[in-house]
Amino acid sequence: MNDGPLTAKRLGLISCQSCHFLCRHPPLAEGQCACCPRCGSELHQRTPNSLGRCWALITAALLLYLPANLLPMTITSSLGKEQTDTIMSGVLYFLHTGSWAVALLIFVASIVIPLMKLLVLVFLLLSVQFRARWRPRERTQLYRLTDAVGRWSMVDIFVVTILVAVVKLGTVANIDAGPASGYFASLVVITMMAAESFDPRLIWDALEDRDER
Amino acid sequence: MSFIACHQCDLICSLPSLPEPTSARCIRCGGLLLQTKPNSIDRTLALLIAGLTLFALACNFPFLALSSGGSLQETTLLTGVRILYQQGMPGLATLVLLTCILIPLVQMLALLYVVGPLKFNRIAPLSALIFRGYRKLQPWGMMEIFLLGILVALVKLGAMATIVPGLALIAFAALIFVLAAVLSVLSPQLIWDRLGEKA
Repeated sequence: MNDGPLTAKRLGLISCQSCHFLCRHPPLAEGQCACCPRCGSELHQRTPNSLGRCWALITAALLLYLPANLLPMTITSSLGKEQTDTIMSGVLYFLHTGSWAVALLIFVASIVIPLMKLLVLVFLLLSVQFRARWRPRERTQLYRLTDAVGRWSMVDIFVVTILVAVVKLGTVANIDAGPASGYFASLVVITMMAAESFDPRLIWDALEDRDER
Repeated sequence: MSFIACHQCDLICSLPSLPEPTSARCIRCGGLLLQTKPNSIDRTLALLIAGLTLFALACNFPFLALSSGGSLQETTLLTGVRILYQQGMPGLATLVLLTCILIPLVQMLALLYVVGPLKFNRIAPLSALIFRGYRKLQPWGMMEIFLLGILVALVKLGAMATIVPGLALIAFAALIFVLAAVLSVLSPQLIWDRLGEKA
């Protein structure tokens, strides 16, 4: 029992998730919950029901992924003509007009990051569920990266907001936000919540449980 | 010497009394344990005052102007939100309003409320709760992403019309740097230690 690394859980301690205060795990009855003496937030040794919540949010995000990418993001009407643009056709527009840096930015932020984020989270969840002991440090780094980068997907939503506002000023053309913008914004918010509900300490628990099993 | 449990792998790490300024990482997973900065509280306060001033400028002056046919028409920061709302997308309008305007403002005010009294060795009521809320909101303030969105939109619109950046845009851009500086100067561990001393 004493040959593994010392973790708070093993020592019967709880580290407060919001202020890092380290305190003793109090004996609790069923349904009771301890609060941090320093900051008052609820104390949990691990995020409660982390895997279940994360799976649920990922499923919701996967359902949103297709409509977000296939439906029009913007509807431009100019002189009686109407043109719809999806995320991908927006990327192609920038590519054709020679702004390849902007095309790359939107492609990475709106298409690559959400997809990679979902795949990484599914991979991490499966690895935790099957109690994998493979490269925990790299998996934790992967989680940190995913968590940090996800919010940048929102850039496309802000582009639409500004386009809509500025083009309204002119008299010739008009841009409306399409249905995909709502789906896409929900997708980004839900994947951010999914990453937040995943507890990376579960990755390391598999390494320590070996003695107890 | 004190002990801290890594937030990302639960390993108990010992912290020797660290010389300022420094940051410490977990030896097992590489997660950030804490960062301390010299004059953390003074510098946070100075940056917050600068930030709130810039925020007032960004909200009250024209953001972008479109010149077409000799007339100049201006938008403010809120125009996009209002038009999305009128187009029947209230959810999206709320999201943009929250992430780009309200959350950053609430965050600055909350931090000022907590850190201001600490400067004078006092603790304002409910400081712990408010600082906890500030930390929870952290990923949801997206001003820097909004600025990137502006740049992309300018590239797209540049082909169609002449766009003149307004004073608010400059204030907004400066605000992003101020907010990033607040994050790098603020030491949450120090604030929690100070709040815990008197509790």
